[in-house]
Formats: sequence, structure tokens, C-alpha cells
Amino acid sequence: MTDLDGAGALTAPAPPRSQRPSGLTRRQRWERRQRRRSVGVAALSTFVVVTLLVVLVPRLDTWQRVRESFFDWGVFRDSFPPIARAFWLDVRIFLVCAPTILVLGLVIALARNVRSPLLYPVRLFATLYTDGVRGVPVILWIYLIGFGMVGLINSRTFFGSYLFWGGVALIVTYSAYVSEVFRAGIESVHESQRAAARSLGLSTWQSNLHVVLPQAVRRVVPPLMNDLVSLQKDVALISLLGPVEALRRANIITSDLFNFTPYVVAAVLFIAVAVPLTRLADHLMAKERRRMSGTAIR
Amino acid sequence: MTPLIEYRDVLKSFGDKVVLDGIDLAVDRGEVITLIGASGSGKSTLLRCTNLLEPIDDGEIVFDGVDISEPGLPPDPIRRRIGMVFQSFNLFPHKTVLENVTLAPRKVLGRSKREAHDQAMAMLSRFGLADKAGDYPDRCSGGQQQRVAIVRALQMEPEVMLLDEITSALDPELVGEVLDVVRELKREGMTMLLATHEMHFAREISDRVCFLDAGRILEQGPPDQLFGAPHEPRTRQFLQRVIDAGRM
Ligand SMILES: Nc1ncnc2c1ncn2[C@@H]1O[C@H](COP(=O)(O)OP(=O)(O)OP(=O)(O)O)[C@@H](O)[C@H]1O
Ligand SMILES: [Mg+2]
Repeated sequence: MTDLDGAGALTAPAPPRSQRPSGLTRRQRWERRQRRRSVGVAALSTFVVVTLLVVLVPRLDTWQRVRESFFDWGVFRDSFPPIARAFWLDVRIFLVCAPTILVLGLVIALARNVRSPLLYPVRLFATLYTDGVRGVPVILWIYLIGFGMVGLINSRTFFGSYLFWGGVALIVTYSAYVSEVFRAGIESVHESQRAAARSLGLSTWQSNLHVVLPQAVRRVVPPLMNDLVSLQKDVALISLLGPVEALRRANIITSDLFNFTPYVVAAVLFIAVAVPLTRLADHLMAKERRRMSGTAIR
Repeated sequence: MTPLIEYRDVLKSFGDKVVLDGIDLAVDRGEVITLIGASGSGKSTLLRCTNLLEPIDDGEIVFDGVDISEPGLPPDPIRRRIGMVFQSFNLFPHKTVLENVTLAPRKVLGRSKREAHDQAMAMLSRFGLADKAGDYPDRCSGGQQQRVAIVRALQMEPEVMLLDEITSALDPELVGEVLDVVRELKREGMTMLLATHEMHFAREISDRVCFLDAGRILEQGPPDQLFGAPHEPRTRQFLQRVIDAGRM
């Protein structure tokens, strides 16, 4: 192995390992074998499960009834356009509520951290708000705020509508949860970061804005995404007040046709939005984990 | 000449625990003073109180003729004249080296981006950090991070630097590059107050060394006297322990 053609060669160190020609490393060969094996196992087990479902489920004697009332293709085709149009309302409610909730949640989280005695009422109110709001089920807030405010205002304008107050109820409840997420993020930033910022002469407010909040927000993006995913579904709760969004429309069609397929249509629409959102949340969460730890531990 | 900083009978406690128990000390302009003493003797607390990160309970800290320990005094204008560097660097992890260094000049001193950038790059180059300017702190070695933290404090053109065990978190081979920066600062005549466990360095760089024991300055003097012929038995005991631990 060793090259002996000169006296110096005996003591010369071998060239660095990384500069010697070589194929795959031992690790890479192992990983490749593992990958092939797991793809094979996954494919086989999926095949078995799907086959069992396709072969066995149709043999159940109740399957025929279920198929007719939940998976009627004709009903699906006819009810899809009106439900999809109604679903557009859900999407719009979501698009208005989500940013409002994020901003309000952040403001409430900051309000809970103010130290100035002049602003004590702000802090007190923010604390009562988050505790009070989270103590009551979302659905109850929708009834209370929806029916309560519409009855109180008693006007035919948009600001007296169930749609508006249903949206407000979602904003009220979700901003309380979201503010707790932000607060956890703010508290997770180590005190020494604040000390470093203040020692440079930055004010409390500047330290928050430039040092604490950017780190806090980065850390809570994944849990915030989870909250947004559930908001996207809870938008349907507004239908309890009357506005005809996807769930309500499906409900109406179902009672007209005595067939449950419109519910499946609504479910498909919600899933079509929720799945990409969930994937995005997972992706962000994995990215954050990699960023914090450098390498993923298996 | 009036001292730049004067501590007068400073008292500070956390709960029942008295941490600074009557500190009297005057720091002249251009003077380098080292605080030594056992863990928990109050070195960090004295530095943090100077930068108003902790309020003192009684006594006075007079900075450039102003009693900065006056309760209720707005701290920000004072802090920007006092630089501080921490044991754990405390760089902002979401900002690049250059952003770390230019944040305060831009936001506090109102410098333009251009101006802050040019000044920062000049000083980063001087300390061999120019090629790190665009990197995030976690891509820098500990020694580099600590040098960036020093540059960050220097960008505010402070009148005094407080250095709290700035080499304690570093691998031995990285300590030298950080201490070189401190030597450089001394050459320029920077007033410095530093807490350290590096006794060789304390002996080399200090004009005066203070031995803290249970929140009091038990003994102080020129390094050769304090290390060579300490008066107090407690000081001798402490130095003996340091020698036994192989740190001197
Ligand atoms: N925020 C705090 N709350 C309560 N006690 C504290 C706090 N900060 C410091 N102390 C206590 O004050 C005492 C002095 O701490 P200090 O950090 O000033 O010591 P030190 O001389 O810097 O020690 P070391 O060499 O370990 O850094 C210690 O007993 C410590 O536990
Ligand atoms: Mg300390």
C-alpha cells in the first residue's frame, strides 16, 4: 500500500481523506439501502390496505345504502357549484379575519407586558380579556356576540348583520388564543438579549421592535399556522347565525334532496384548503427545528 | 482631575442577600481597573449597576459629574455613553454581524445607513472581521462573536467600557484574539472596568486591581502589589486557590 520510492515518503502523511478518490461513503451506501427498503415496505403495506378497503368494504350489506346517500355522483355534480360559490364566502371571511387576528393578538400580547403604571388598566384589561375569552367555548361566543349584538344594534346595514358580528366573534376568540402564542414567544426570548439591547442605549420600545419581537415571532410561526388552520374550519360556525356559507348551503341542499352528498362536497372543499395550509405549517415547523438545532435528530 | 466614575458607598441586595455592601471606588479617565474575586462576590452586579441594568438600593454612582443612580432618571442617554460586553456575547441571532453592529448607531444616534455602514466596516476590518460582516452570529466562532460584540459596543463611541468576563465562555485557543482587542483599546486610552478570572491578563493590563469579597472591595492597588504582596489574608487565600487551580 505505502509508496516506498523515497526516504521522505516513509514519513510523509497520507493526503487528507477528503482529497483521495472514492465512491460513495459507507454512510451513503447504508442510507441508500435503507431508502430502497423503506420505499418497498411502504408501497407493499399501502397496496395491502387499499386492496382490503376496495375489496371488503363493498361487501358490507350497509355499504350500498351509505353509497347512495353520501356518494351520489349526480348530486355531487349538481351541488358542487352552489356550495363552491358559498365556500367563497368562507374564504373571504378567513382572509379578513386572519390578518386582523394576528395584529390584534400581537397588540394584546404586548399590552400584557407593559410595565408603566399609567398603562396599568391596559394590562389589566388585556389579562382579563385573554382569560375571560378563552374560558368560554368558541361556539358560545358566536351565539352571544352574534345574536346579542345584532339584537342590540337592530339595523339592516352590514354592521348590523349576522355575518359581521359572526366575524367579530371569531376575531375576539381567536385573537385571545393567538395573543397567548405571541406572549409565549416573547417570553422565550432570553433576558440577556434585552439587556444587550438596552446596554446599547436602545429604548424599551426599540428593544422590543428590533430585538425581541423579530425573534419571538420567528419562533411562534408554526403554532400560529396551526391556529390559522383551525380558524379556517371554524369559519363554518358562523353558519349557526344564518349566513349562507358552504356548510349552510350544503345543509339546505341536503334537506331539499334527502341526500347527504352535499356535506361531502363541503368537506372536500374545506380539505382542499386545509391540507395545503397544514403542509405549510409542517414545513415551517421542520424548517424552524432545523434552524435551531443545525441538524435533525432521528 | 475629577474621576469619570465614582462609586460612593453603593448598596445593592437581591431580596435578603446583600450583594454590594458599601462599594467606594473612583475610576479616572483612561484608567483600566480589574475586578477580581470569588464567584458570587458581586463583580457582575457592580458592572450591571453601572450600566443601570440593575438599580442600586443606596449610595451613589456619579458618572461625569452626574449622579446616575438617582431613581427615576431616564437611563437611555446614560447607557449610550457606557459600553458593555457580556460573558455570553449576546449578539442578536436574527441579525447579521453588520446589522448587529449598526443597529444602535442608526436607531439611537440617528446615523444614516451609509454612515453607520462605513464606520462599522472600518472597525470590523481593523479587528479582522470584515469577511464576517454578512454572516449570522451562529456562523462565527466564539472568539469572532465576542470581538463583534466589542465592536458593537464601540460603535456607540462610549466613554467607558464595562467588560464582564468576556473570555470565560471561550475555548482556550480563542482567548488570545479577544484579549488582543482589549490591549488595543488600552493603547488608545479607553477607560475600562473589567471583571475577569484571567489573572495573567489582569496583571498585565490593569492600572489598578480590586479584590472583591462578599460585596466589598477588600483590597486594591497596582497589580504588582496586589498579586505580589497582598495585605489581606482573604486576598492571599483567594490568590492561592487560583494558583492551585492552575490559573496563574
Ligand atoms: N437577578 C438576580 N437575582 C437574585 N440574585 C442575584 C441576581 N443576580 C445576581 N444575584 C446574586 O448576587 C450575587 C453576586 O452575583 P454576581 O453575578 O455579581 O457575582 P460575580 O462576582 O459576577 O460572580 P461570577 O464570578 O460567578 O460571575 C450572587 O450570589 C448571585 O447569586
Ligand atoms: Mg459574573
